This record gives sequence, C-alpha cells and structure tokens, in this order.
Amino acid sequence: MRKRFLQLIACIIITAPFVSAGSDENITTNLQEEVQQLRRRTEALELRLSSISAGTPTVTSGRAGSTYMNVSFDTCIDAGWSTDSDPAKELQLGDHDPQQRGFSLRNAEIALDGAVDPYMKGFANIVYKLDTQNETELELEEAYLLTTSLPGDLQLKAGQFFSEFGRQNSQHPHTWAFADQPLVLNRMFGSEGLRNVGARLSWLVPTPFYTELLLGVFNGEGGNSFSFRDTATDGCHGRTPVDRNLHGPGDLLYVPRLCSSFDLTDQQTLLLGVSGALGPNDSGTDSRTQIYGADIYWKWKSAHADAGFPFVSWQTEALYRNYEAGADPENQLPSETLMDWGLYSQILWGFTTRWVAGLRGDFATGNDGLFDSQDIYRGDRTRISPNLTWYPSEFSKIRLQYNQDHGARFGNEESVWLQAEFLLGSHAAHKF
Amino acid sequence: MQHTSSKKTKYILEGNIMKLLTIIFIAALLPVISRGELNIVATTPEYGAIAAEIGGDHVQVTTLAKPTEDSHFVDAKPSFIAKLHRADVIIEGGAELETGWLPSLLEGARNPKLDTGKPGHVICAEGISLLDIPASLDRSKGDIHAAGNPHFMTDPVNGKIVAEHICRTFCELDSKSADFYRENLAKFNKRIDSKLIEWQKLFEQHKGKRIVAYHNSWPYFAQRFGVRIDLFLEPKPGIPPTPANLASVQSGMKTQGVRVIIVEPYQNRKTAENVAQATGAAIVDVAQYPGGVKGTEGGYIELIDYLVKSIAKALSEKADK
Repeated sequence: MRKRFLQLIACIIITAPFVSAGSDENITTNLQEEVQQLRRRTEALELRLSSISAGTPTVTSGRAGSTYMNVSFDTCIDAGWSTDSDPAKELQLGDHDPQQRGFSLRNAEIALDGAVDPYMKGFANIVYKLDTQNETELELEEAYLLTTSLPGDLQLKAGQFFSEFGRQNSQHPHTWAFADQPLVLNRMFGSEGLRNVGARLSWLVPTPFYTELLLGVFNGEGGNSFSFRDTATDGCHGRTPVDRNLHGPGDLLYVPRLCSSFDLTDQQTLLLGVSGALGPNDSGTDSRTQIYGADIYWKWKSAHADAGFPFVSWQTEALYRNYEAGADPENQLPSETLMDWGLYSQILWGFTTRWVAGLRGDFATGNDGLFDSQDIYRGDRTRISPNLTWYPSEFSKIRLQYNQDHGARFGNEESVWLQAEFLLGSHAAHKF
Repeated sequence: MQHTSSKKTKYILEGNIMKLLTIIFIAALLPVISRGELNIVATTPEYGAIAAEIGGDHVQVTTLAKPTEDSHFVDAKPSFIAKLHRADVIIEGGAELETGWLPSLLEGARNPKLDTGKPGHVICAEGISLLDIPASLDRSKGDIHAAGNPHFMTDPVNGKIVAEHICRTFCELDSKSADFYRENLAKFNKRIDSKLIEWQKLFEQHKGKRIVAYHNSWPYFAQRFGVRIDLFLEPKPGIPPTPANLASVQSGMKTQGVRVIIVEPYQNRKTAENVAQATGAAIVDVAQYPGGVKGTEGGYIELIDYLVKSIAKALSEKADK
C-alpha cells in the first residue's frame, strides 16, 4: 500500500510540469523570464535597501557632530631658571613666555568653535594667566565670526582676532614650536602680538596653485596694537603718548597680506607670504607707522609618515618697521623717523615619531633714537634657542628649551625652560 | 597734514593692491578651462580608486592622502585648498578619520558645492555599521574614535556600500551619464561578488585563527573573513609599543600559536621584526590603501585581493610548520 502511494507521488512529480506547461521549450523560457523578473526585483530591493541605509548616518562623530560646538581647554605650564633674576622685566617680554624663575602659568585657554548657522562659524578663545603675584588675569583673546557662504570666493572675519600678519602672529601659543615669542614679533607687535577688534576680508585667488589675498582693518588702538595707537604700553618711541581719536578711515590700521603655496615635490611644500601693517601711531598727532614683513615656510614630510613623523620644517620671518615719531619738547625729543628690523629663523626636525628637535635664531635691531638706552624695546638683541619636544600623544607635550640671550642693554643671559602642555576636549583642526 | 597722510595710505593700499589684483586676476583666468567632467577629490586612495572605477573617463580624481602615510595625520597643505576649491565632489571616510585636517581645508576652500549635506560632500561612513564604538569617551584609553572604528574599507562588502553611495552622487550631479555610472557600479559589484566567493574559500580553513596587528585597524577585515585580529603591538590605540606590552604580546603569541603579524607601510617594521624573530612568526606587509604596498596599485579590488591572498598564504605556511 505504502509502495503504491510513493509510486503515485513520484509519478505526479515527474508529470506535473508537463501537464501544466506543455513542452520543454516553454518551461525554459518561462523559468528564464521568472528568474529575470526575480533578479530585477531583488536588484531594485537591494538598491532601495542600500539607499535607505546609506542615507541614515549611523553614529555622528563626537568632534564634529554630536554637539553644537567644540569645547577645549588647553594649559601650558612653564618651569625653569634664568641668570636674569627678573626675566619678565626685559628678557622675556612676550605675554605667554615663561616670566620668572621657578614656575609660570601664562596660558590656560578655553577655545570654543562651531557653526553658527549655514552662513557663518563662530570662534572664541578666553585666556587665563597667572601673574608674578599669582593673581589671575583674564583676557578675551579672540571672539570672531567667519562667514562660510559669501559669493566670489570671499570670506569675512569680524570681531577680536589675531591679525594675519606673517606666519606666527595668528597662531596660538600652544601651537608654537618654542616656549616663547620670537624677539622681532615682540618688538614690532608687543607682548601679545597684533590682535585687535576689526574685520578682515579674504579672497581665495583662483590661480592653479594656492593664493590668498587678505585685507584686515582694525581700530589699531590699545594694548594689542603696540606700534600704533597704543597709549597703554610704554615703548618704542620714548615720547609721552598722544591720545588720538579716529578722524577718518585713514586713521584705521590696515593689514594687507598676500600668500602663495607650492608643492615642490610630493613631500615638500613651500608657503610664501608678504604682509604689511599701516596705521597712525601715538607718538604725535599725525605720525604714522608702516611695518612690512616677509615669511617663508618649507616642510618636508616622509611619504611613510607615522602620526606625521618624520619631518623637517624651516620657518623664517623678517620684519621692518618705519616709525614716524612726533616731536616731544617736554622730553627733548625731535620729530624723527625710527627704523627697526629683525628676523628669526627656526628649523624643526621631527626625527622620530613624537620627538622634535628645534633650533631658533633671533635677531632684532633698532638703535637710532635718542631715548634708546631707556627703552627695553630698542637696541640690538640676539637669541639662540635649541629645544627638544616630546609629544606623549597628540594632546600633550613636554618641551625643554635653552635660551642664550645677548642684549645691548643687559649683556648676556642664559635661561632653561621646561614646558608642559595638556589639552582637553575637542579642538578645531589646525592649519598648515 | 592729517588729511594728506590718510590719502597717502589710501593711495598705497588701493593703488598697489588694485594693480596686484588685476595681474592675479588675469593670471587666474588662463588655466580655467571647462572640461565638462566631474572633478572629484578623495581624502584617501581607496575612495579615489572606487570613484575612478565608477566614474571612468567622465570624472577626474585627485587623492589627498598618500597610500603609504598615516591618514589621521595628513598635513592640511594649502595646495589641497586650491584643489578643493575647484572640486565638484569631496569623498571623505568620515567617522573622525580626517577630523584633524579636512575641516580647515574645507573652511579655506569656500566651495559651496562641498558643504555638509550637499550631494557633493560624500561621507562614506554613512550607511556603514561601524564597529568598536566606545561606551565612554576616555582618552586614557588611547586614541579612540567616538563614532567607531573608521577603517571599515578593509571589508569588501563595505566597499560595495561606498561604491553605491559614490555612484548615486555621480548620477545626481551628472544625470546625463547616469547609465554609464550605473553600468560601472554593476560591473564593480559583480567583480566583488565573484571574488568574494573566492576570498571566503581561501579563509575557510583559517576560521578563528588569530593574527597580530600593529594598530587596531583591521576589525572589519577580521569580521568578514572569520579570523581574529585582536593582538596589538601598540598597548593602546595611538600609543607607541612599550617593552612590557611587546613581552605580553609575545607570550600570548607563543601560548596560542599565533604566527602572523601584519604591518602597514608607516608603522615601525623593526618592532614587528623583533617580535617575529622572538616568536617565529611571519610578517605580512599590508596596507589599507591601494598603492600602499607593491601589487596593490591596480585599485580597490586588487588591494583586497592582495590582502586576502597574502594573509591567507602566511596563515597556511605557518600552519604547515
């Protein structure tokens, strides 16, 4: 009985297709059509599936997307010794330089940045510093907007910010390759660099290589516009400062800059720039200052770079200042033109992963004034600074630097500075 | 006097700058020739290779990172700004891979076509199921990625998702050539599908085997081919090898019979060689990017083919001994 049943089933299975389809040819075409139809449907489904999944970001990145802004906190701690008992007096004039024997903390910086809306980004740097009496100083170092969608390849920056004069002036202290500010920048722009409230328009020039043309316009007044209308700081002209107001657009501080970059080879990049800073100064009622600068930055980086190492870079900036000083009968100083210039040149060698050896040479001169012997910002100065930096990770560094200083006013001094840095949070990407 | 000096400044500024602008503007117009093809910039070479495969001669592809360098630390060279300024499409990996250098480039490039959310900005990580998403963001654990491990292209199936994504972008931006792009995508997918069977077969006998890597950039490859790449010469991601960690890796290799170490072009091969010598292991030179090691210049599929074959070969050779 069971056997007969199986036979019947087998018979049905074998004959069934013939019954329903008729002939061999028909079956094949039907099956082919069906397979093709199925394939088309599967493909359509696959396409739809991948479009659905591709359109849905799985997880957004912590740095770029999960918050409305990047927040970071960066601190540089200095420790060291100098043959000068009071380095802050005239040896280390930069505001973020190590300032005394023992410990200094001159840069604890809160940095905020993010997209404001589809039209602009916003940036802020708030810096805390401890003075020699361990009192906290606070400064709004930068607070500016940057447009993201201006037509004509233009970009506008507005607010308080470091002017884009040369290379180092616009860099924050924690990105510097040395523990202190180059002498020439200090001499031309004072302890803080050229940083003022104003606006800057930049045009990305459509050349085949990178070229950017910038024009900054600033008030040029107060403590961070040293060679201009800075009545707050003594220095560089010996006169009693004259408090000048703006009488027209010509009294603003103008900072034009042109820079270009070329890839010399696949592993070598050159960046060249020329800058100017032109505006009235506070030594007289109609005296003006012109500062011109040229900068060059060259970098070689291995094609097999691990964490960006090994590399060699060379950076040099030269600045010249033409300072029309007004007459000051009270101090027995005539009207005269003071000419200062200086340069620094530094070479960095990232000889192995996370280690950088650096050497910087500084020179600054300006000794044609009658008041020079009393002015810490005049007279010849040179400095040689070798250093060694170790980056335990990309969020920290430990640096040892030796400075050999020579100054017409103070003779020879030697200093050793140890600098440690830590960075918390997420920080905006750095420029080249 | 006040009046003349401000006039003088104005003259210096306007006169010289205008002259300069005119010269630059004329120079700028010379090289601008419309070619009618999509100008693609890819951050890393595997995306560039896939873009070239999908786009064929209808696109022009430029890759920023070198195949032999660490893609987390690419310099934001100004020349890249000029390239991005002229681009129609930027293809980036995303998941924080380029976070240290791409944002400042895009900021400088002022190219509205590449704004986030526009079709011209392709983020390949979108649509990929990322692995190693950290439960907490703690840098004492080394260099972690909040979004997950960004080295997902070592799995060829992810390569297909990315190719689809790129194809869709090309079709949207250049609809006239959409059929051409789709045809290329179909060819690409077909090649991967048939290769995938071959690749899986090569790993069949190695299921569950362990491999040592320098850095944790291979979890996607491991998952796809059923091996474990979970011993690392680095003690924590991004932290250089320490003697203590190397010793513990070596003892782990000996007790578990792990005999293969993979090293990427920018990693310290000497460290790996020392470990290999101490444990009798073989070193396989691998790369995540086409052109990173010899024999992978052909493209993305050629790269995966090389990875699969060289790693499987080393596993077989070491298993025989």
